[in-house]
Parts: sequence; structure tokens; C-alpha cells
Amino acid sequence: MLPSLGYGILVITLLVTVYSVAAAIYGETKKSAEMVESARRAMLLALPLITIASAILIYLLVNDRYDVEYVWSVTNRSMPMYLKITAWWGGQPGSLLFWSWLLSTFTSAVTLRKWDRDRELLPWVLVVTGVTLAFFISLNVFFENPFKLIPAGISVPLDGRGLNPLLRHPGMIIHPPAQYLGFVAFTIPFAFAIAALITGRTDDRWIRITRRWTLWAWLFLSLGLVLGMRWAYDVLGWGGYWGWDPVEIAALMPWLTGTAFLHSVMIQEKRGMLKHWNMILIILTFDLVIFGTFLTRSGVLSSVHAFAQSEIGPLFFLFITFTFITSIVLVFYRWVDLKSETEMKSMLSREALFLLNNLLFLSILVVSFWGVMFPLISELFTGSKVTVGPPFYERATGPLWGALMLLMGIAPLSAWGHSTIKTLGRSIWKPAVAALIAPIWALIAGITNWIALIGFTLVALVITVSVREFWRSAQARSKRSGENFFNELRKLIKRNRRRYGGYIIHISMVLMGIGIIGIELFQSDTQQHLGIGDQIELAGYTVQYDRLDQFRHEDGRFITRGEMSLSKDGKDLGTLAPRYDLYPDGQPMTIPAVRSTLVDDVYIILVNWEGITAESTPFKVYHNPLVKWVWIGGYVFIAGIIIAAWRDEEEERI
Amino acid sequence: MKNSKFIIGGLFILAAVVYLIASSTQASAEYFMTIEEVREQEAEIVGKSLRISGAVLGDSINYDPDTLTITFTVAHVTGDNDEIESSGGLAKVLHDAVREEGTPRLDIVYNGPMPDLLQNEAQAIMTGHIKADGIFYADELLLKCPTKYEEAVPEQSEG
Repeated sequence: MLPSLGYGILVITLLVTVYSVAAAIYGETKKSAEMVESARRAMLLALPLITIASAILIYLLVNDRYDVEYVWSVTNRSMPMYLKITAWWGGQPGSLLFWSWLLSTFTSAVTLRKWDRDRELLPWVLVVTGVTLAFFISLNVFFENPFKLIPAGISVPLDGRGLNPLLRHPGMIIHPPAQYLGFVAFTIPFAFAIAALITGRTDDRWIRITRRWTLWAWLFLSLGLVLGMRWAYDVLGWGGYWGWDPVEIAALMPWLTGTAFLHSVMIQEKRGMLKHWNMILIILTFDLVIFGTFLTRSGVLSSVHAFAQSEIGPLFFLFITFTFITSIVLVFYRWVDLKSETEMKSMLSREALFLLNNLLFLSILVVSFWGVMFPLISELFTGSKVTVGPPFYERATGPLWGALMLLMGIAPLSAWGHSTIKTLGRSIWKPAVAALIAPIWALIAGITNWIALIGFTLVALVITVSVREFWRSAQARSKRSGENFFNELRKLIKRNRRRYGGYIIHISMVLMGIGIIGIELFQSDTQQHLGIGDQIELAGYTVQYDRLDQFRHEDGRFITRGEMSLSKDGKDLGTLAPRYDLYPDGQPMTIPAVRSTLVDDVYIILVNWEGITAESTPFKVYHNPLVKWVWIGGYVFIAGIIIAAWRDEEEERI
Repeated sequence: MKNSKFIIGGLFILAAVVYLIASSTQASAEYFMTIEEVREQEAEIVGKSLRISGAVLGDSINYDPDTLTITFTVAHVTGDNDEIESSGGLAKVLHDAVREEGTPRLDIVYNGPMPDLLQNEAQAIMTGHIKADGIFYADELLLKCPTKYEEAVPEQSEG
């Protein structure tokens, strides 16, 4: 009976949500405060309802209820408890429910907290989030019912099919939820933007209200990307972390517009400019989020993320078209109200550089979009399907990423309103000279690749400029007040969280840049068949094959495990054990063994093929220089954004 | 007048992006072709960067562990998704392609470790080029086994 109950609750939630949207629109247009209040209560009711439906689904998953098709398709008896719970988002219907649950949680949080203060905008925020929620729940109700039973006439299976082995990983706990949190949370600033357009409150109020929302949304979106990279590196066993897979690009695209948005709202707050632009950016971000969800859920593209084909694709397309056109019509309707209050004068002013930053992010977006759409476009015009691979993206976006790094080095030194080459030159020459240490050091270390040399110079420039900003301000304050330098530094950051958090984020980005330069330009690999006792040499390392174990694990996996000892210049560096697991259903999984240092990673995979023997085992060894800096940058990034998004002690001025 | 420098700057960026996209597209474009098309135009496309997809013939797989050279033959499958759907799904299309004698075929050479999924009736998606000898030299080999994760209802419990 439980599955029927769960489905029933979903149907009721859909009705409640639709009612809430209708009541909010009616209440606002007919000036009926009662109806608006009723809409709010209906929306608050949606959260416990979806929570119960989700709890029922989790209960079914955990209790091996294989009479439910979804449970059968994503779990089996041998899976550990945490994977049974996370199977909530392990397949299409469940992950759509998860989306709805998150959106409902956020909507409730927004409408509960500051209802009276934001009374003007919130009814329309309810409408926008309500329409989105209704869309996602109706997908569950009409097409992808997670509570659907195995058809009558078929006996209940004794065991489930189990989650795709590639997803059976602790990363499953955190990568999908982080990505989804980021996706869903961007609905809130979008909803406020639309509310601002409808009500005509086109000043920066909606931006101030959603400032921290946007930062948290951005944190999770970025975290989702980094965790996905880490997961790919640790599990997929191809020596890298980013393959310009269409789904990766789909997740990157809202990140690009979201990042541009984070920067350009500052210009609107400080100078009253770029109001149209900000509206368009948040609309784009929202629709790219839906597009990203669509790509991962619809099966139109084949990748590690795609589930089976399904009929919901066209519906996503309709929803994107509908929201995009409605939003753009609203922007045109308010076009005059959104006029800038000041004019941009100097090309080197802070606002001009921010605008340039925006254009660069959008250029990367255009490149990515082009890459994804190119096969379709060329087929339309030339009849032959042409595609572009990772080299296209690397080549076309490389200079743009480099320009962004240069901007991170220059922009903090330019002034709002007006800057000239002279004023900028005066403040930049010292950090620029200091930054030259990096390429000189790299040259001495024997690196002659000019792209790498430019890259390292830019990394060093951003770090010196950013660190100097902290140092200069804290030093000045400490001199004035006579207080301890570090106390002043702490106060400084607290007084302007967004600015200094932002500098930390800049530093984190270029730290990641070090790793990306390392792996993109200097990765090397070799693959050989080894017998016990044989050795492979790569990039100064010696890998010796010591031992081979093959055995069946208690959960049914057949495990092949090689043991290798790693050494460099005769110095023993420990043992590495790459593994190869064959699941009972025939699905293989390659688990690399990695030795990671700040300088480089040695990454070994066991390349299985039937008839593996101690005399002849195929191995592939990668040498990935500097890749650890990608993860270090990731940690610094999280710290930076938490500093930027943390709640200020004094009440926000809105 | 004040705006002109911004317009020039904007145009400059636009030109740079257009150049980046155009030149990178040209440098890395790969032509999607079916096996049938490759066979038909063999002579004209020698050396061109291609991306092809076909059904793997299990019996043809040959692996030399010493040189890490894999050779196998693929059979033509249609590139049209609608056609695949209407003929009963990818798994069936691959199955039929392998079974029917008349479908165009192409010999593949790939250097690398034996992939886990290279097996009979797998879909091989390859990038590489064809040489004058009529053999396709793959630089990259992706494999999909559509039967594994897409059964709609549990088959093992039927009956």
C-alpha cells in the first residue's frame, strides 16, 4: 500500500502547488490579502507533503521493496545502506523528486523567513517557484512515477538490478546533491528577478535580498563541479578529471553565467548600471540550469551521466522556451525602467573591467554552446554531421581563461568611475615585477613551454596582487590603530566579506589553474604488459610489479588486484595497488592507484582483459604533474566563498 | 564620441571570439559518418578526421598484447536516432547489423589496452582516419553496451 500512498501524496502536492500559484496570482491582481496568505500556506504545505513522499521512497529503497520498479532498478541486496539511501537520486524518477524536494525546501525558507519585509515581491516569487515546482512534480506524476509497481503478471523479483557500479562510490553521497543544490538554488534569485520585473521594483532591491542566496547557490554549483572532477579522477580511470563531455559542459554553462552575474550585480549596486544585463544573466542562468537538468535526465546525450531514453525531453524543451520567452518579454516591458543611472566613462575603470570580465565569461559560454550545438548546426546546413572534441574547447577557451586571469590581476587595482593607464600602471608595476619570479623559476626548472610560462606568470600576478590587497589594508589599519596586524586583518575581512572573500576565491581559481596547466601541458603516459618483477619507467619514476591477487569478494565482485612498488632515484616511495572489480552482472570497474604529491601524481590503472596472468598483466601509468593543486584550489575556494557568503553580524541593509 | 571606444573594444572582443571559434572548429572538426558513407566515399576522405560508429563483430576481435594492437571489424548501423527507435531500439539494431551478412563493414586498427566493453554487438564510437589501404585507424575508442542498463522490466522474473 505504501507505494500507492506515496503516489497519492505526489498528486495532492501537485494540486496544492497549482492552487498556490493560482491563489497568489488572483490575490495579487485582485488585491486580496487573504488569497495571498492562502497561497503562502499552500506552498508551506507542499514541503511536508514532498518530504513524506520522499521518506516513503527512501523507506521502500532501504527495505528492498523490489515490487517497486524504481527500487528494483537502482538497488540490490548487496548494496550498503548509504547507497540504498542515496539511490533516492540514483535514477531518473527519484532524482526528479529530489529536485522538487529541494525547491520546495528553498521556497519555504524564503517565504517563512522574511514574509513581512519582502511582502511586495514574495507573492510573485511564490508564483515563479510554484510554476517550476509544479512542472517538476508533474513530471513525476504523469511520466516518471517513482512509486510505479512492477507490472501485474510478473512475479516480484527476489533481488534488484542494483545501481550502476560507477555510481557505487562514496562520492554519490555528495556530488549529485551539491550539483542539484546549486542548480535548484539559482531558482530563487531568478524568481526574485521576475518578481521585480512584474512589480516594477527594478532598483537593486531584488539583488540585495538574494545576494547571499546567489553566493550559496554558486558555492554548491562550483562544489558540484569540483567533486565531479574528483570523482572522475578517482573512479573513471582514464587519468584525467574533465573530458568536455556534453554533460560536464551542461553543468559548466550555468556556472559561467552565474559567475558573470555575481560580478555584474556589484556594478548595479555600486553604480546603478547594467540593469538589463543582470536580468538577462539571471534568466540565462536559470534556463541553463533547467537545460543542464534536462541534458542529464533526458538521455539525449550519451555520457556517464545519462540515464535511459525517456519521453520527458520535449517537456523540458517546452518549459525552457516558455520561461525564457516570458522572462524576456518582461524585460522588454520594463526596458525603460531599467536604464542605467550613470554612464561608463573610462575603459580602465573598475566597472569597465567588470564588464570585460562578463564578456569573457559569456564568450566561454558561447564557445561551449557552439561546441555542443555544432553537430546539429552543421547537419542542418551541410547535411553532414561534424563534431568537435576536447581539442576544440581547449584551444578556443584557453586564451579566454588566460584573459580572465589577467583581469583578476588588474581589476582589484583599478578605481570605480575612472582609471587611466598611468594610475593603473603605478599600482601594478610592483606586483607585476614580483610575479616574474614564477616564470624565471620555471625556466630554471627547465620548463620552456611558453603557454605554461605565461600561465605561471598570470598565476603569480593574481596571487601577489590579491595578497598585497590584504596586506596593505591591514597594515594601514594596524598602523593607525596600533593594534595587532592579525586582529586588524580579521576585522578587515569581517567588514567587507564579499570583497576579501572574493580575493580568496581569485587565489583559489589560479591555484586550480596551476593544476590545469600541469595536466593539460605536461601529462605523459605509457602502457605495457608486465610480468611479476618487471618494471616500467616514466618521468623519472620506476614502477615495479610485485604481486597479483585475484579473489571473489563477499558481495559477489570478482577482484583483480595488482601490487606495485614505486621508487624514484633508488628511493622507495611505497606500494600502489590498482584494482579491477568485475560485478556479478558483468559490469567492470577500474580503480586506479594514485600517489599524489604537490609536484606530481603517479596514477596507475590495471587494464583488465580476460586471461590475466602473473606473467602478463596490462598496466597503464600516467604521470600527472601538479594536478593536486586543482584539489587544493578547491579547498581554498570553499573557504573563500564561506567567508563571502557568511551572515554579517549587523542586520543586512536592504 | 565617448561611446566609440567601447564599441571598438566590443567589436575587438567579438572578432577575437569569432576567430577563436572558427579556427578551433576548423582545427578539430571531426566528420560524423556511417560505415556505409565511409565505404562509399573511401577515396575522397583518406586522411580526414572522422568520427564513426558501428556494431562490433565479436568473432573478428584480435588482440596482440605485446604491441597492444587491437583489430576488429564493425558493421554499419544507421546514425539516425528516429530510425533506431522505430526499428526496435539500439540493442536490436546492433544485433541485426552483426547478424545480417549484407551490411557494409569496416576493419579497424586501434593501439591501446583492451577495453572492457569491446565485445560482440557493442556499439563502437571511434575517432581517427582512414588510410589508402581502406583500414580505419582509430585514435580514440568508446564503447557502449546498450543492453545492460536499459531493460524496461526485469526479464529474469518473467513467467
